[in-house]
Amino acid sequence: MCDSCGCNITPGNEHLVRADGKHAKTEDGRAAVTVLQALLSENDHQAAHNREHFDRRGVLALNLMSSPGAGKTSLLEATIEALGQELGIAVIEGDLETENDAERIRAKGVPAIQIATGSACHLDAHMVHDALHRLDLSGVDILFIENVGNLVCPASFDLGQHRNVTLLSVPEGDDKPAKYPVMFRAADLVLCTKADLLPHMPEFQPERAEGYLRNLASAAPFEILSTRPDGDLSPWIQWLRDELHAQRARLELGRTIRPNIQKDGERQHAASTQGTHEHHHHGQHGHHHAHSHG
Amino acid sequence: MHELSLCQALLDQVEQIARDHGATRVDRILLRVGPLAGVEPMLLQHAYPLAAAGTLAEAAELVIEPSGVRVRCSDCDAETDATPNRLLCGACGSFKTRLISGDELLLANLELTIPDD
Repeated sequence: MCDSCGCNITPGNEHLVRADGKHAKTEDGRAAVTVLQALLSENDHQAAHNREHFDRRGVLALNLMSSPGAGKTSLLEATIEALGQELGIAVIEGDLETENDAERIRAKGVPAIQIATGSACHLDAHMVHDALHRLDLSGVDILFIENVGNLVCPASFDLGQHRNVTLLSVPEGDDKPAKYPVMFRAADLVLCTKADLLPHMPEFQPERAEGYLRNLASAAPFEILSTRPDGDLSPWIQWLRDELHAQRARLELGRTIRPNIQKDGERQHAASTQGTHEHHHHGQHGHHHAHSHG
Repeated sequence: MHELSLCQALLDQVEQIARDHGATRVDRILLRVGPLAGVEPMLLQHAYPLAAAGTLAEAAELVIEPSGVRVRCSDCDAETDATPNRLLCGACGSFKTRLISGDELLLANLELTIPDD
C-alpha cells in the first residue's frame, strides 16, 4: 500500500526500489527488490472506495460476522421489527448458495441483495461493490452486511464497513474468542446471542466468554441478548442508535471511521512517517489518513 | 480457506513489480506473516504453485517469514511478547495494549532475474 505513495522509501533503501537504477544483488546475481506492500492492498483500496460511497450517502455500514447458525439473520429480522418504522435499513446478504436469507429480510419489507459467493468462504470488498450497484441507498440510514457464516476468513477482508459486529451464540461454547482470536479481535461489539438457552446450558458462562475477549486486549462491549419475543434487544438497539449518531457527527466534521483494528499497512505507514522524509497526501494514501482520524 | 485468493492477489502484485523492473523471472518471494493475520502459512505454500502456474513467478521460491506477537501497554508503557489469544501486557497484566507486531501480511522482498542489469 505504501509503495503507491513512496513513503516507505528511505535514503537507505531507495536504490533497491528505483526501477531505473541499479539493484542490490544477491550472491548469485539476482536483483533484490524491497517491497513492503500489504498483500491485501487491492482489496483495501476497493474497501476505501466503498466506505467513501457510504459516507457520501450518509449511510452507517455494519459488517455482521459469526459462525453459521449463530443467529445473524434472526437478529436482523428482530432489528427491522424494532427500528424499521423509524430508520431506513438495507441488507447485503452473503452466503455460499441460495437466496433464502435475502427473502427472509425482504419479507420484512426491507431491500436485500443476496451475494452467492459460490465456494468463497468470505465476502470481499469487490463483491460488496458489485452488490452496491444493485442497491439504492437513498433513504437508507443503516446498511447491514451479513457476512458468510465463518469465524476465520471474513475477519481478514475490509469491506468498507464502519464497524464490525461479531455474534457468539450460547450453543457454540464460551471459549470461541480464545479459539478464534483473529475474528474476535476485529469486533467493535460482541453480541452473545440465544441467551434464552442459557438456563439449559450451564456450561456456557457469559463472564468466561467476556474474559476470553478481554484477553485479546479488546475493550469492545459484550452484550447478552435473545431475539425470542420475550428477549431483551435494548443494548443492541441502543448501540445502533449511538453508532448512527456518531456516524452523523463524524460526517459533519468530514471524517470517517473504520473498524477498531489497526492493520499492518497503517502501522507500516506510521513507522515510516516518523522518519525524516517528506510525504504527500494524495490518492489512496489520502484516504488512508482520513480513516485513522475517527 | 481464502489462501488461494490471497495467492492470486500476491501474484498480481509480484508480476506488476517484476514488469516495472523489466524482469524476465521471479526467483524468490519473501512474505512476512504474523499469527494474527488470519492466514495459514502451510496452506499458502500449498496454494502457491496452483496460482503461480503460467506466471513470471512460476518457478519462484516462496519464503514465509513468521513474525512474533508483541504488544505495547498503554498503562505501563512496557513492550512485551504475547500469544495470539492472550494479548495482555506481560509486565502489568493490563488489557489496554496495542498490537505492535503479529498481524502482518506483507510482501517484503523479491529477487528477480533482470536481463543486462
